[in-house]
Amino acid sequence: MIRTNRRTLLRTGAAFAGAATLGFPAIVRAEAEKIRIGHLTPLTGFLGVIGSYAQLGVKLAAEEINASGGILGKPIDLLSEDSINPATAATKAQRMLEQDGAVVLLGEISSASSLTIMQVAERNKKVFFSTGARSDALRGKSCNKYSFHCDIPNTVMVNAVGTALSQQGMVKGKKFFTLTADYIFGHDLLKAAKIFFSTHDANLIGDELIATDVTDFSPYLLKVRQAKPDVVCCNLAGNQVTNLVKQYAEFGFPYPLVGFNLNTGDAWAAGAGNLSGTWPTVWYHTLDNPASKAFVASFTKKYGKPPENHAWIDYITLKLLAEAINSTKSTASDELIAYFEKQAQFDIGKARKAYFRSWDHQLVQEAYPFTVKPKDQMKDQWDMLVLGDAVPAANDPLETIYPTKEQNPCEMKA
Amino acid sequence: MQFEFLLEQVVNGLVLGGYYLLIALGLSLIFSVGGIVNLAHGAFYALGAYICVELTKRLGFGPSLAISPLAVALLGILFERFILRRFYTADPILSLLVTFGLAMVAEQAIRMIWGAAPVSTEIPQGFRGSVIVGDFLFSRYRLLILGVVAAIMVGVWLLLHKTSFGRVVRAGIQRPDMVAALGIRLQPYMTAIVMLGVGLAALGGAFFAPITTVHPAMGAEIMTIAFVVVVIGGLGSFWGVLIAALLVGVVRGIAIHFEPAAGEASIYILMFLVLLVRPRGLLGERIEKFE
Repeated sequence: MIRTNRRTLLRTGAAFAGAATLGFPAIVRAEAEKIRIGHLTPLTGFLGVIGSYAQLGVKLAAEEINASGGILGKPIDLLSEDSINPATAATKAQRMLEQDGAVVLLGEISSASSLTIMQVAERNKKVFFSTGARSDALRGKSCNKYSFHCDIPNTVMVNAVGTALSQQGMVKGKKFFTLTADYIFGHDLLKAAKIFFSTHDANLIGDELIATDVTDFSPYLLKVRQAKPDVVCCNLAGNQVTNLVKQYAEFGFPYPLVGFNLNTGDAWAAGAGNLSGTWPTVWYHTLDNPASKAFVASFTKKYGKPPENHAWIDYITLKLLAEAINSTKSTASDELIAYFEKQAQFDIGKARKAYFRSWDHQLVQEAYPFTVKPKDQMKDQWDMLVLGDAVPAANDPLETIYPTKEQNPCEMKA
Repeated sequence: MQFEFLLEQVVNGLVLGGYYLLIALGLSLIFSVGGIVNLAHGAFYALGAYICVELTKRLGFGPSLAISPLAVALLGILFERFILRRFYTADPILSLLVTFGLAMVAEQAIRMIWGAAPVSTEIPQGFRGSVIVGDFLFSRYRLLILGVVAAIMVGVWLLLHKTSFGRVVRAGIQRPDMVAALGIRLQPYMTAIVMLGVGLAALGGAFFAPITTVHPAMGAEIMTIAFVVVVIGGLGSFWGVLIAALLVGVVRGIAIHFEPAAGEASIYILMFLVLLVRPRGLLGERIEKFE
């Protein structure tokens, strides 16, 4: 065997190190006249696809804000990076706050990574908007004063889909089999699902925890068949949902497949003809209101495709943050927190306005169940979903679908 | 009943193993003949999937399934002629770096051409659903994959063991200097092996396009398992790779049956155990030039 000579290895290492330093000046150079905001989201891995949408959304928001004069008269300097995994997310968050001078952090989809960023935010006493993480625990036992949660939590997704399924007679007395992502998000979603099943007389006859790197579901599907359920329920995330949906269509089981979590990006990736069933969503680009339509139009114009729900949520988060900074005339954490805790109302492109609930910092907003359009009725590849009525119904208070203080207690240390 | 369920997992594992084989065989061949660890192998798998999705829009799934691997095999000629050929006798770390770089370039190129969002295609109607044979349930589509893989493996075996082409290739694995002394240039054979290897990977990609997420990083995703199969099987051995691929599929299925959480870890434990007992892999041959 030809041996690598140490000198060569050393040279290679030096070359890599040299290349790395080239990236440095941009980071070290702090620009006092700009307001730096840190954005982290997974751009690789099983959440990478929807994370890419989140990045497009937040960039569009920054451009629009800067074009209209910035915040407090200063342009936003958006620093957006791949969060990769929980450990790297925390390291990058710390670097953004400590070295890059970011005044606020936002982003993330993975509940596991979001949790580590929340801890960094608390340690540094800086505000962090967790835009796409859905685990109830982040708003409950892991909550902290500096973290705000923009996406709907797992309990809301379960309630949105569960209500729609109940109306179709698919819950009471039925046997459910769940396939659950084996990390904090999945565990949490399963917990919410179990509560729903037990309060609605449904039986959970089987549950499989699935590692996040699984791409072939055939062994699990065989176990589903062995259990003979009435309904199969997907508690997965990211492109695992897409893989499951495609392989479920491949096996062609008679049991309907529904899910308590789906992002429209995953639905599009599954493609027409593979997806069926009832699922939840936080937003869809066909919503008929002025704010939503304006966002869809400018996003589509810029990127040549309609926005996915993570593009929307990162977009509106940066917008409402800009609104808050302009109103308080400050980027100080305490003033921002006080402003949001007054439950200021924001137009987020839905029929009803949203607000951050003071005791757990959850952005309280409408959610939607959806079903899938027949293939021949789709106008284009993006026109896949039929939104059900917003939940809660127009007469009910928004908070009725959110966990109560008793269900998901949050104690914020001062 | 429990036993039947287990048997069903074993059979499903064999089918899945057949699919792993498509990716791993080419990886093993290219290493055995050229001494190159082709980290860009996954990129050809991804390209196969993307080209298949793209062609399916125009030609339907059947023709795309055939054309996509052929197109990628042609690309393999360029890959061999202009990149790999420079590194057969060079320090292996150089080929490792260059193929690693190429894998990243390919992933970004896919992102630039098709975008970061996944693209999608579906199984033709006739191959949807499952068939029940005795007590076993099979996905029709995976049976199709299994049939094609079996036919291809017979073909590759015949090619390597019953033709003069195969004799030169096998001799080239063990004693390239002797082959050269006999006045045979190994380079055209190497081109053919690379075409075959990346073509098989592309076929794997095309086959899996309708049942998995077709996204730019899918190539990197498949490489881990392909390497595990090659390492377990041992280099230079057709049967080693075949047995390893089936074994990996079956062990994973059995692990998921009994202890789902250990499903993905089980194949690494298998690799560890095999290497403890047989450091060259199950049927790995002693290859002079790599010792």
